[in-house]
Amino acid sequence: MESEFIVGIDLGTTNSALSYCAAADESGQIAVENIPQLTNPNEVSNRTLLPSFLYVPGEVDFPAGSLGLPWDDAPKFVIGELARKRGAENPMRLVASAKSWLSHRAIDRTAAILPWQSPEEVIKVSPVEASAQYLQYLRSVWDSQHASGASGSALSRQDVLLTVPASFDEEARELTLRAAKQSGLEQVTLLEEPQAAFYAWLESQGDAWRKRIKVGDLVLVCDIGGGTTDFSLITVTEEHGDLVLKRVAVGDHILLGGDNMDLALARLLQQKLEADGQRIYTYQLQALWYQCRSAKEYLFEHPKSQKQDVTLLGKGRKLVGGTIKSELTREDLERVLVEGFFPIVPGDQMPVLQRRIGFQELGLPYAADAAITKHLARFLSQQVQSSPEAGNIRRGKSGLACPTHVLFNGGVMKAAVLRERLVSVLNRWLTDEGFEALATAQVLDAPDLEHAVARGAAYYGKVRRGHGVRIRSGASRTYYIGIESAMPAVPGMEAPMKALCVVPFGMEEGTEAQIPGREFGLVVGEPAEFRFLSSTVRKQDHVGDLLENWAGEIEELSPLKVTLNIDGQLGTVLPVRLESRVTEIGTLEVWCVSRDGAQHWKLELNIREKGDQ
Amino acid sequence: MIGLSSRVAYAFRCFFSLLFSGTIPADIARALAVDSGRSVPVASVAVTPQTQAKPSVESFDRAVQMLMLFQRDGRLIDFLAEDVSPYPDSQLGTAVRSIHASCRQVLDRYVKLEPVISSEEDQPVTVPAGFDPATIKLLGNVTAGSPIKGTLRHRGWRVTQVSLPSLPSGTGREIVAPAEIEIP
Repeated sequence: MESEFIVGIDLGTTNSALSYCAAADESGQIAVENIPQLTNPNEVSNRTLLPSFLYVPGEVDFPAGSLGLPWDDAPKFVIGELARKRGAENPMRLVASAKSWLSHRAIDRTAAILPWQSPEEVIKVSPVEASAQYLQYLRSVWDSQHASGASGSALSRQDVLLTVPASFDEEARELTLRAAKQSGLEQVTLLEEPQAAFYAWLESQGDAWRKRIKVGDLVLVCDIGGGTTDFSLITVTEEHGDLVLKRVAVGDHILLGGDNMDLALARLLQQKLEADGQRIYTYQLQALWYQCRSAKEYLFEHPKSQKQDVTLLGKGRKLVGGTIKSELTREDLERVLVEGFFPIVPGDQMPVLQRRIGFQELGLPYAADAAITKHLARFLSQQVQSSPEAGNIRRGKSGLACPTHVLFNGGVMKAAVLRERLVSVLNRWLTDEGFEALATAQVLDAPDLEHAVARGAAYYGKVRRGHGVRIRSGASRTYYIGIESAMPAVPGMEAPMKALCVVPFGMEEGTEAQIPGREFGLVVGEPAEFRFLSSTVRKQDHVGDLLENWAGEIEELSPLKVTLNIDGQLGTVLPVRLESRVTEIGTLEVWCVSRDGAQHWKLELNIREKGDQ
Repeated sequence: MIGLSSRVAYAFRCFFSLLFSGTIPADIARALAVDSGRSVPVASVAVTPQTQAKPSVESFDRAVQMLMLFQRDGRLIDFLAEDVSPYPDSQLGTAVRSIHASCRQVLDRYVKLEPVISSEEDQPVTVPAGFDPATIKLLGNVTAGSPIKGTLRHRGWRVTQVSLPSLPSGTGREIVAPAEIEIP
């Protein structure tokens, strides 16, 4: 049944948003939903962003009855603005960056481990559960504002386009879908965030976009949010006289964003104040962070001002007496943010990679190098690898992918200074590679950076119904099944593994592939496990290719599991071949097919902690 | 003469009591009658926009709530309660800038204010006949008869909307700011 609305949800690392439009109205406007949330105890206010924070209230955290929401008198968790606020005072009970945990493969993402390293008495949730809670919250908001009673307007009955980072692998996508299901959403399709940002731009342009980009162009989408940085490349080609957009490359998941920048400023101010002989107490750090962010935003918005005061009022009764003051200068911003996070580097300068030490502390794998321009250099040079789309990617002398346009997204990119810096670094590379620098018109101006992803997602929902141009995208990685070589076992060494390509990079949505030349004998009734691998850089492999050496270019995911159930044939060995599909909702599936092709069994990702065999 | 902190507390309670119920709390009226015999100065700027309900528990709670909001987000009570005389103007100025900005936000968030007369100050105005003396105060040579012509010296303030969060359903309605204890 066709749904009444099309709903786009941006489930962000630090902020979430929801936008929607009426499904029946082809030219209908996309609206951003107001999200009522606790901003203080006893106080519910409307915001268009829901901070993706979950606070587990203790018995003595809030006055009794002060957490009521219009749809729930006593919610189990606090979500949104108040969660963020209270969590800053009591971080042991705060779940933050659940989405980054969702894509963190070193931990069991379905186990209740958050808030990370909090004491025993705090109720824990899994990264999946936390994401489900945010979605459930949005569902309650929607249902209370659009669907009184069990009508067809309930969010569970709408087409929901849910965005994920382009860098999410199949596991993280699967877990996101699991969270959506757990929250009661029934018709969910995944969409990559940079694509959503591009759709938002298309929507803002109307038909004029065809004049802005042309065949042969290469658009870099640069999405820098509160907690993560995400890059994608989109090519513009032609088919039967129509412009065709295709997402051809996605970057790695980089845990680096606006929060790192604000923290860097707060540290700087703390040093300044301490150099003046002032002592900063732990409880003042949050205020300092907040003040730094405001001062930064002010200076970014007022290019003529040279400095902004940062005042910390005294705590307790000595308010004026304890007040200390410093200032954030334009020079500080230049040095810490512009030079620190967006340094001018040559196009071949790669970021310092994660240190590999024996006992690595678990916890989120934050980017070791804060220089976003270096991460961008790495992303563009990775595209050297031959891929099916190689011919459509404009390259320089050194092989660096050279975009013809850039589209910014994410809260950080609201600052014109930072956009200009990124463009100027990119232009330097383009000139080095023998191309002309980007003109102003080649920097695409996305409106409303904070809600663009949610808006773009809703627009994509319309596109799927045939209204507007669609960005073609396929598998964002290459996927393999691991096959252990038939060799005598050597103690202390794992049997060498070969990788059989089952889903090539870019395999299009809604298509399927049969994996030729290989049959597996599976025992009916017994669970069989396949090792499952993926690569972000090997784009040249075809379905059925068997690899022996991949020099660190392939990494292992959770295994795929299947049990063949056939009545009355328990224990017999059945030969099957493999088939893969990339679904319309943005996930991929691997199936076992019997020799006669009559029977199919789907392989399920068995996601759990790595090494927990 | 009563102490500064009592004066501040009285002034605010009177302000909000007048704002929401149109009366001055009895205990304050008594205290001041004994103390000075004069009426409370803030009374002259207060407007009573809505109902003339009897003073209720709710109006007391709302007054405390308003103080709570100014304190929570703007530290106003801390500021008013502090003896600022020992500090140099620069120190005071630094604190006031910050307090002003945050209290202003509180005001903008919860109360809509507009001038009673929206023309420019120090410009001639004509007061319509039959005006309400609660909304317009005449200064100088006040004579009967209309129309009255004069110069606008202060535009006045009128509350057009108050949108306060709901009151705590449990305890704590008298709390302007909870005590804070850091656990090491």
